[in-house]
Amino acid sequence: MNIRGIIPALVVVGVIFAIWTAAVIPMNAHLTADQAQRDGLVMTPEAPRDRQDFTGLTLAIKNPAIIPLTYTLTRPRLPSPHQVAIEMYETIFTKAPTSRRSLVYHGWVTLSATLLGFVIGTTLGVLLAVGIVYNRTMDKSVMPWAITSQTIPILALAPMIIVMLGAIGIQGLLPKSIISAYLSFFPVVVGMVKGLRSPDGMQLDLLRTYSANANQGFWKLRLPASMPYLFASLKIGISAALVGAIVGELPTGARAGFGARMLVGDQYGQPMVTWAALFGAAITAALLVAILSWIERRTLTRMGMGATA
Amino acid sequence: MNSTSVISAKNLNLTFETNDGPVHALKDVSLDIKKGEFVSFIGPSGCGKTTFLRCIAGLETPTSGDISVNGMTPDEARKARAYGYVFQAAGLYPWRTIGGNISLPLEIMGFSKAEQRERVNRVMDLVDLGGFEKRFPWQLSGGMQQRASIARALAFDADILLMDEPFGALDEIVRDHLNEQLLKLWARTEKTIAFVTHSIPEAVYLSTKIVVMSPRPGRITDVIDSPLPKDRPLDIRDSAEFIEISHRVRDGLRAGHVDD
Ligand SMILES: Nc1ncnc2c1ncn2[C@@H]1O[C@H](COP(=O)(O)OP(=O)(O)O)[C@@H](O)[C@H]1O
Ligand SMILES: [Mg+2]
Repeated sequence: MNIRGIIPALVVVGVIFAIWTAAVIPMNAHLTADQAQRDGLVMTPEAPRDRQDFTGLTLAIKNPAIIPLTYTLTRPRLPSPHQVAIEMYETIFTKAPTSRRSLVYHGWVTLSATLLGFVIGTTLGVLLAVGIVYNRTMDKSVMPWAITSQTIPILALAPMIIVMLGAIGIQGLLPKSIISAYLSFFPVVVGMVKGLRSPDGMQLDLLRTYSANANQGFWKLRLPASMPYLFASLKIGISAALVGAIVGELPTGARAGFGARMLVGDQYGQPMVTWAALFGAAITAALLVAILSWIERRTLTRMGMGATA
Repeated sequence: MNSTSVISAKNLNLTFETNDGPVHALKDVSLDIKKGEFVSFIGPSGCGKTTFLRCIAGLETPTSGDISVNGMTPDEARKARAYGYVFQAAGLYPWRTIGGNISLPLEIMGFSKAEQRERVNRVMDLVDLGGFEKRFPWQLSGGMQQRASIARALAFDADILLMDEPFGALDEIVRDHLNEQLLKLWARTEKTIAFVTHSIPEAVYLSTKIVVMSPRPGRITDVIDSPLPKDRPLDIRDSAEFIEISHRVRDGLRAGHVDD
């Protein structure tokens, strides 16, 4: 990416951080005022009850002294960017990656489920797509079900999958991977069906004039033609797989993974933990997509399609 | 049927059943093409030129009538690698180099690696693309891509070349150049060529026989044997004979249009 491509992205990030930083003041004003009063400062109005009648913003304007303090609460409603940064730094760099307090440890738990689910989902998706393209019955029967499957909210389905698999003794990585696979197979099916069908009538006729068989048609024409479509799908699929793994960690109160950290932070009033996990997940997703983009560029360039892709 | 007939069609009919009713794409088409002839098919679009070529190639099955290629059915002829087909678009695979594209039919037909290399080199020289073997299609001009697709059709040594408006999408100057090259190639290889076009000068310049067709139903309205010599420089197009044949083709095309 060149500098021109980076600048707009940086501007967007800057704006988001500015809004976030500004929002910390009103969001934390009440908590900060309570804390400041306990520490001996005089607040207006003095009764905590009366303060509830004011918005966070008004309260901060009436008590400008609390403004800097809103950024340093130990249990803020909205942590400030630097608090999240410190939490992330400490849990990523100062803890052994095997420790349960390390974000790297939790990240790996989620990532391994994500990758396993992604591999299962992609394999299933590609196989289904091949079936759909080569078999009329599958074309008629599988696609409607694939579409229907995606209309069921995953939040409703995830607990059922976890509980049912748990009942037959399957726990840990696999149930989460199945949810990941469930979310990631669909974009792969759709993309691959489109890709495998992308050769036009003329290209198929050309192979017929060589009396090529179906196998040759697949390996020499349909599969290579589908590569750009496959990569587009994989990038959507891997993000979906990560979401699936996290969702799979939420309903059962899993003890490890990004999802578990989000829950823990929420339940024990440690928003920094929740936010650090959230950012950890976002960074992981970005890295996964970046890796796929890199493989895509390399593959397509090597295939001579780099200029068009 | 003549013993030297390479392609022979008798009372060929083909009707497509479409949602808007039957389309009579070919009606009572009878034609003999002899070995080594260069036959052009000319006519307005929809008159069945492509359909006829596809019947020869066995890509389309006639509703009635007989067609034979090298004395075989089109399907048998295809399996015997009787023809190479050149489509209007070059249709090169973007993920294969030019050399890779030309060896595609050779791979499918099971030629050895060494033989593939040897043949690719030979046909690339034949269409003046020597040295471009490792390039990808997007690195070549449209005219060069179409030459590569002709090389691909020549690679497995079919005696017949079926060409469906191969230069239709190219500009006039490139087209002139390619026509000249195609004639040289034809003279050198002694192939039988069936060539679809809707350009009168192109048809007259290239052919030993011009088949004029007209639509609804698609049929042959005139077959002109060209008196032009086999050796044709580009400026033959200014000769009286050339102009006379062009007139006859134009008249044939107009006659087919009387009901419009
Ligand atoms: N596969 C098909 N299905 C239905 N109609 C077709 C099909 N192929 C060609 N036709 C029709 O047959 C007629 C002849 O088509 P074609 O041979 O392509 O004409 P030309 O090549 O001379 O322009 C046209 O009316 C066309 O619409
Ligand atoms: Mg046509």
